[in-house]
Amino acid sequence: MSSPFAAVALAITRGFLRDRTALFFAIVFPLMFLVLFGGILTDRGQPQVEMITVGDIAIFEQLPPGAKAAFDDAFDVRPLGDLDAAIAEVRDGDADVAVVMEGRELVAHYTQTDQVKAAMTQGALAAFVNGANLAAAGAPPVVELRIEAVEDDSLETIQFVTPGLLGWAVAMSAAFGAAANLQGWRQSKLLRRLQLAPVAPGTIVGARVVVTVLISLAQMAIFLGLATGAFGLQLSGWWWLGIPLLVAGTLSFMALGLLSGALAKTQEGAVNMANFLVLPMAFLSGSFFPLDGAPQWLQMVSQALPLRHLNDAMLDVLVRGQGPEAIWIPLAILLGFAVVVTALAARLFRWDGE
Amino acid sequence: MTAIEVRDLVKRYGELAAVDGVSFDVAKGEFFGILGPNGAGKTTALEMIEGLRQPDSGSIRLLGEPVWPRNAALLPKMGVQLQTSAFFERLTAREQIRTFAALYGVAERAADAWLERVGLTEKAATRTEQLSGGQAQRLAIACALVHEPEVVFLDEPTASLDPQARRNLWDLLSGINDSGRTVVLTTHYMDEAEALCDRVAIMDRGQILKLDSPSGLVRDLEAPVRITVAPGGVSLGEAAEIAGVDHAVEDETGLVLSTRHPAGVLTELAERGGLDGLQVKAATLEDVFLDITGREYRA
Ligand SMILES: Nc1ncnc2c1ncn2[C@@H]1O[C@H](COP(=O)(O)OP(=O)(O)OP(=O)(O)O)[C@@H](O)[C@H]1O
Ligand SMILES: [Mg+2]
Repeated sequence: MSSPFAAVALAITRGFLRDRTALFFAIVFPLMFLVLFGGILTDRGQPQVEMITVGDIAIFEQLPPGAKAAFDDAFDVRPLGDLDAAIAEVRDGDADVAVVMEGRELVAHYTQTDQVKAAMTQGALAAFVNGANLAAAGAPPVVELRIEAVEDDSLETIQFVTPGLLGWAVAMSAAFGAAANLQGWRQSKLLRRLQLAPVAPGTIVGARVVVTVLISLAQMAIFLGLATGAFGLQLSGWWWLGIPLLVAGTLSFMALGLLSGALAKTQEGAVNMANFLVLPMAFLSGSFFPLDGAPQWLQMVSQALPLRHLNDAMLDVLVRGQGPEAIWIPLAILLGFAVVVTALAARLFRWDGE
Repeated sequence: MTAIEVRDLVKRYGELAAVDGVSFDVAKGEFFGILGPNGAGKTTALEMIEGLRQPDSGSIRLLGEPVWPRNAALLPKMGVQLQTSAFFERLTAREQIRTFAALYGVAERAADAWLERVGLTEKAATRTEQLSGGQAQRLAIACALVHEPEVVFLDEPTASLDPQARRNLWDLLSGINDSGRTVVLTTHYMDEAEALCDRVAIMDRGQILKLDSPSGLVRDLEAPVRITVAPGGVSLGEAAEIAGVDHAVEDETGLVLSTRHPAGVLTELAERGGLDGLQVKAATLEDVFLDITGREYRA
C-alpha cells in the first residue's frame, strides 16, 4: 500500500511516459533542434582559410606550439607539387591562397574575390612571418598579445543554443502537461472524483508539481548530457545553479499551463492555447537565436516573459561561468510570475465546462 | 435508520430550476433509484447529495452529517461513480483501481479482489481507454467500492451499454447492497429501476413526481393488464362479452384485451380454448410516467 501522494505521482508519471505525443514534444522534438543547431551549424563561427603550399615552407614547420595551434585554427593546409596548378585552383575558388618560398621570400598568391578572407590571409601571414623573424633573431618579444573572449559571439554555437533550447523544452512540457491535466481531468470529472477522496487537494497538486519538476530535471540531464558528450558543450563550474533556476522556471510555465487550462473549454483547446503562449515566448526569449539584433521595444516586451529570464540566467550559469549572484533576481522573477499567474488561473477556473 | 435525508433541495442555473424542491429519505441498506428522462435533474441532485455542488437552498444529511462544505469525515464512508468514467489517463485497469485504493488507504490486495469480483481479472493489464463500455463501468463501480463504503452513489451505471451488457451489470449491482450497504442509483431505464430498486423516485423537470416501490407505483396506477391471444381462437365479439374485459381490439398480432381482473378473464378464455399464443403484459413504470406527466416516456 503506497501513500496517496506516491500513488498519484506514480499514476501521473505513468500517464506521461505512456503518452507518445507528450514524450515527443518534451524530449525528441527539442533534441532535434539541438542536433540541428549544435551538430550541423556549429562550424559557421569562423571560416577557415584554405591554403595550398607548394614545396617546403620552413617557417610554418618551425612555429612554436602556441602559434602552431593558432595557425591550424586559421588555415586548412594541403600541399601541391606544382605552382601553376595551385594558382589555377585559387583562381577557380577551390582554395583561398597558394604559398611558396622563393629564396627568402614567402610569396602568397591570393584572390580579392572574397575580401574578408583576403584580409584575414594577409594579416595572418604577416603576423606569422613577423613572429618567425623575431624568433630567428632570438630577441624576446617586447609586447605580447593575449586574447580573451568577452563577447557572446565568442561562444560556440552549441554553448549558446543549449540553454535556450532546454528552456524551451521545459516550457513546452511543463505548460502542456499542466494545461492538458487540468482540462482533461476536469472533463473526465476525475478532478471531481478526487475531490471526493479523503486526500487534501495539496496532495494532488503537490504530486503533479513534483512529477513535472522531475520531468524538467530529466530533460536537463538529457540535454546537457548529449550536448557535452556529442557536441562539445563546455559547462562552467557553476552549472548546477541551473537546477534551482530550472525548478523555478518549471513552476512559472506550469502556471501558464494552468492558466490555459482554466481559460480553455476543452483539452485540445487548452493544449493549443499553451502552444500559442509558449512558441512566441520561445522566439521572443531568444531560445532559437540571440536577441541582440532585435529592436529595443521587442527586448522590452521580452522582459515580461519568464522564459527570457530563465534563458539569460541559464546562459550565465551554464556557460558563462557566473556564480550565485546571477540567479537571485531571475529566481525571484520566475517564482513571482508563478505565484501571480497561478492565482489568476485559480480565479478564472470554473468547475463546469459551460 | 435513515442514511440520507434530503429536504426541499433547490438548485438553479440562471432561469432553469435544475432541481426544484426535492425531499426524500433513504433508509440504511436500501437500494434507492432516481428515475427520469434526460435533463430531469438526477445528476444535479446526486452531486449535491455527494457534496460536490452547493445547493441554493434546502438541507442534506448523509449518515447524520451535513455534506457541504466538503466534509472530510464523510468521504471514506461514501463511494461514488460519476456519470462519466473518471479515470487517470493511460493506466491499466489494475493500476487504476490500485491508485484509487491508495487514495483511501486500502491495500493492493483488496483492490485486486474487487477487480476479481467485477470480473475484470483478465483485463487487469488492459489500459482503461481500451476497455469496452461495460468493462469500464464495472471498473468504475469497483473503484467506487474499493474502500467498502457505507453509502454508494451510482450515476447511470448502465448508460450507453447494450441490453446484454446492461443485464450483466444488473447481476453485479443487485449484489452490492447484500451486505447492508445503502445504494443510490440514477437511471433512465424503467426496467432497470424495476429490477434493482427497493424504492424509486420518479423525477422530471427538477421535481419528484412519485416515490414508492416499483410494484407499489404500478399498483397505484390501477392500470389494466393487457392480454393478447392468437387470432382464430375466440372471436372479437365473443371476447368483448367476457365479464371483466374493459376493452377488446383485434390487430395483426391477434386479439388484445384490457382488464383489471386478469384471473377471471384468463379462466373464461381457457374454457373457450382460446389461449393459443397467450401473452400477458402488466402495466410498467412507463405507464406510470405516462399517467403522471401525460407524456410518453422517452429515455
Ligand atoms: N453546470 C450547469 N450549468 C447550467 N445548467 C446545468 C448545469 N448542469 C446541469 N444543468 C442543467 O440542469 C438540468 C438538469 O441536468 P442534470 O444533469 O441534472 O440532468 P440528468 O437528469 O442527470 O440528465 P441525464 O439523464 O441526461 O444525465 C439540465 O437541463 C441541464 O442542462
Ligand atoms: Mg445525469
